[in-house]
Amino acid sequence: MDLGLNEEHSMGTTIIGVTYNGGVVLGADSRTSTGMYVANRASDKITQLTDNVYVCRSGSAADSQIVSDYVRYFLHQHTIQLGQPATVKVAANLVRLLAYNNKNMLQTGLIVGGWDKYEGGKIYGIPLGGTIIEQPFAIGGSGSSYLYGFFDQAWKEGMTQEEAEQLVVKAVSLAIARDGASGGVVRTVTIDAEGVKRKFYPGDELPLWHEELQPQNSLLDILNASSPEPMNI
Amino acid sequence: MDHQEQRDGKLPSSEDDSERTLYPYVTGTSVLAIKYKDGILMVADMGGSYGSTLRYKSVERIKPIGKHSLLGASGELSDFQEILRYLDELILYDNMWDDGNSLGPKEVFNYLTRVMYNRRNKFNPLWNSLVLGGVKNGQKYLGMVSMIGVHFEDNHVATGFGNHLARPIFREEWHENMSFEDGVKLLEKCMKVLLYRDRSAVNKLQMAKITEEGVTTYKPYSLRTHWGYSAFENPTVGAEGSW
Repeated sequence: MDLGLNEEHSMGTTIIGVTYNGGVVLGADSRTSTGMYVANRASDKITQLTDNVYVCRSGSAADSQIVSDYVRYFLHQHTIQLGQPATVKVAANLVRLLAYNNKNMLQTGLIVGGWDKYEGGKIYGIPLGGTIIEQPFAIGGSGSSYLYGFFDQAWKEGMTQEEAEQLVVKAVSLAIARDGASGGVVRTVTIDAEGVKRKFYPGDELPLWHEELQPQNSLLDILNASSPEPMNI
Repeated sequence: MDHQEQRDGKLPSSEDDSERTLYPYVTGTSVLAIKYKDGILMVADMGGSYGSTLRYKSVERIKPIGKHSLLGASGELSDFQEILRYLDELILYDNMWDDGNSLGPKEVFNYLTRVMYNRRNKFNPLWNSLVLGGVKNGQKYLGMVSMIGVHFEDNHVATGFGNHLARPIFREEWHENMSFEDGVKLLEKCMKVLLYRDRSAVNKLQMAKITEEGVTTYKPYSLRTHWGYSAFENPTVGAEGSW
């Protein structure tokens, strides 16, 4: 059985970005795999580019990391020159530039999301090839295949922050249920006019789906629950 | 030491795979366009496919260029976006001359042809089929450029699947000086066929027209499709198990 332990680190992944009334919510799973082995079960795929712009990374871990690093570096200089926070559009276009001009070598799909004072909350999808596309919500990574139908049904315009967060957590957790390349915990980053909030949803606190069972500590607990032992008073 | 020699004497040819576009990722399907009485009518659906997945459903594949032209594209969307940037620069420089002259559709078409052909020669094509239509000084212009630089003008053009399904209909039903209504009906007839028969078609159309007055882009809309045939409801009557 070939576990492919020498393959490159890939974040199979499920990544999501959603706009709501006043900001954006970015979400992702936390699994990084080398072939069949889970190299990191608690990775952080939502990476900061500036104070107000973050990026969700999918595909090759190395490629997405280096692109983020370059863009963070460029944006830092841009912010100094501009004298005010960079806009989400500029950040997204810098990512596009790298993705498009190196399309032969890179294998990474990215979702750029953030808040700026001109346009408010915005999400930009940048799939393989370097196309840039502004969307009210974006999904990416191998796990996203299982979410097209879900979002077609569940997405609506003008959600509140709580509704948007719940949608993202539910969606990532559904993708984790079916995509072998996604798993671990759900991380979310919410960005609005006030700032950035990170949330963490451990794997054992996610909702259960079809054919999934409530986790137990041990079989013994199950057995004991049905026939409790008499107490020693 | 010479850069060339440093690479083990390999010349940058077909071995330099990092320097060529190998395949498209996010693609748009057919674009159709016809000349009509007042100018050009162009239509395309708003789909961006990712392989067999209909991933993006609100992509604008027809864009105005300057005052006198419309550009529609099928193929790789990132390359189309890059072409739009080239054209932005072209139009900007044209405007900066501030000499009362502006690039017409013929000139833009020629520019695009050169860009596409030169990229093809470097084995690094822009993976698009482009439709350029426009009106200037009463002269209507409609042309097509492919990813290898093949280009021509005609009264009606189509890219992708449209070549096979729409052009035969154009040949039969197009005529000189069509009215706007007739033109729209003809294009919609062809788009409906494409909707039925092209797997990457999406039912959300973007129609645009260009006349001497300028460009009008209509709001996205969907076409009604017809499935009410008894043969569709009972396809295997008398031949159970067939399809």
